[in-house]
Amino acid sequence: MIELKSIYKSFDGREVLHDINAQFESGKTNLIIGQSGSGKTVLMKNIVGLLEPDKGEVLYHGRNFIQMSRREKKRLRQEMGMIFQGAALFDSMSVLENVMFPLEMFSADTYRDRVRRAKFCLDRVNLLDAIDKNPGELSGGMQKRVAIARAIALNPQYLFCDEPNSGLDPKTSLVIDELIHDITVEYNMTSIINTHDMNSVLGIGESIIFICEGRKEWMGTKDDIFDATNEQLNKFIFASDLLRKVKEEHEHERKQPRQ
Amino acid sequence: MQQINGMDILRPIAQTGKYFAMMGHVFSRPERMRVFLKQYVKEMVSLGTSSIGIVLLISVFIGAVIMMQMALNVTSPWMPRFAVGYTTREILLLEFSSSVMCLILAGKVGANIASEIGTMRVTQQIDALEIMGVNSAAYLVLPKVLGLMTMMPILVIFGIFAGIFGAFLTCWVSGIVIASNLEFGMQYQFDEWHVWASLIKSVFFAYIIASVSAFFGYNVEGGSAAVGKASTDSVVSCSVLILFADLVLTQLLMG
Ligand SMILES: Nc1ncnc2c1ncn2[C@@H]1O[C@H](COP(=O)(O)OP(=O)(O)OP(=O)(O)O)[C@@H](O)[C@H]1O
Ligand SMILES: [Mg+2]
Repeated sequence: MIELKSIYKSFDGREVLHDINAQFESGKTNLIIGQSGSGKTVLMKNIVGLLEPDKGEVLYHGRNFIQMSRREKKRLRQEMGMIFQGAALFDSMSVLENVMFPLEMFSADTYRDRVRRAKFCLDRVNLLDAIDKNPGELSGGMQKRVAIARAIALNPQYLFCDEPNSGLDPKTSLVIDELIHDITVEYNMTSIINTHDMNSVLGIGESIIFICEGRKEWMGTKDDIFDATNEQLNKFIFASDLLRKVKEEHEHERKQPRQ
Repeated sequence: MQQINGMDILRPIAQTGKYFAMMGHVFSRPERMRVFLKQYVKEMVSLGTSSIGIVLLISVFIGAVIMMQMALNVTSPWMPRFAVGYTTREILLLEFSSSVMCLILAGKVGANIASEIGTMRVTQQIDALEIMGVNSAAYLVLPKVLGLMTMMPILVIFGIFAGIFGAFLTCWVSGIVIASNLEFGMQYQFDEWHVWASLIKSVFFAYIIASVSAFFGYNVEGGSAAVGKASTDSVVSCSVLILFADLVLTQLLMG
């Protein structure tokens, strides 16, 4: 479980995050949603320690990450997997080498076991046939899947995904979302996912926090999201006509209780 | 007070501080010796071996030109017959093969390192390393620094030989100087220490090139334009630092 306690972050006097409190539970896909520029990536970077908050605490199972020694941080980081907005694969390495990299650095397994583990992870994301390719030769969706395989190579406890399906078509997005959800449940990981894709929100939003201009405006699940009264959230969700119609139907059903 | 004519005067000091902070991370024990050695060998090949061609080419030409200049401008009937060979050798050994060669390589290798690491920064590959718990500075920079420091003296030796070959080549082709005179001059009062001094200097220059350009790449902020700027900046800084270090090292080694 990861807890955030009143996180504040500013860049050059401009406040990007303001008093963010949240809890992310294990075995669940926790979503952070919000408009582009609302501060999702900055928040995630604060959680994983790529940025340090100006104020506030990030607790991993009750232990404050910010105050950990370098050695403790290092050990904790081997428990983390992250998928970046742009996949961030090592472009000097092949797909297999990318997935093997964390194992090369941190596992004590033999070479054969490392290869087997990497192949297992690649199989998990259905990419066994792309093993010898370079990241540059893959499509965006395939790169994201390699990034997932790399992130789960060391069997992490925590999985962070920054917009795992930005720039992907709806069908591929769905595949990626389901993959992340399945892995999360399978290994009882604590997953945190940044997204502004409403399909993901309605698909895997088991716990959602909504960020608007650096403030947490709402939290709940995909089931309460249509009933939310928060004005900013409604503006965000119902930006598209389609969802507005879905909401109308949803309300219509409510008003006419089944006979 | 911090800004004069729009220039941040404290910036160089802050940069220097950041540079030493980064180098503190770079020189730490590699996490995995096996991975480090693999990277080290890879960098020796990609930074060193791939530069042999350009080193040989440039050295042959410079050796030829220095010899020609000496033959045309220094000789006169009352100069001894070893003058051309002697001066050519001294210039090649003392300055050209190490300092000038490294200035040229600062352009090739420095820009290469800065843009490679800079691209890794902007595409978040460095963040990915950090998240895994890898000391990204050590993982990326140490093999490059040590690899180039290992290869540079070898490149210098290649350069010296190619320069001497170039000098003889013009001698045979154009006949400005008689080859045996050149040979005599090349061997006249040869001081082995000059070769060592050149090699020692080149190791320092290699350190400057690899570490400074890695520093610029590592600290890129922004996109591809910033990567481009980092590689130009690194070449400029490396060149200035090499010239400055040359001054100091020459005083220390020869004075
Ligand atoms: N390193 C930085 N320095 C200064 N400002 C920054 C920095 N990183 C982010 N910001 C600012 O913080 C704000 C939030 O950015 P962030 O990247 O978190 O948005 P986001 O919610 O992830 O958007 P998107 O959905 O487009 O990825 C932006 O206004 C951005 O300009
Ligand atoms: Mg973002």
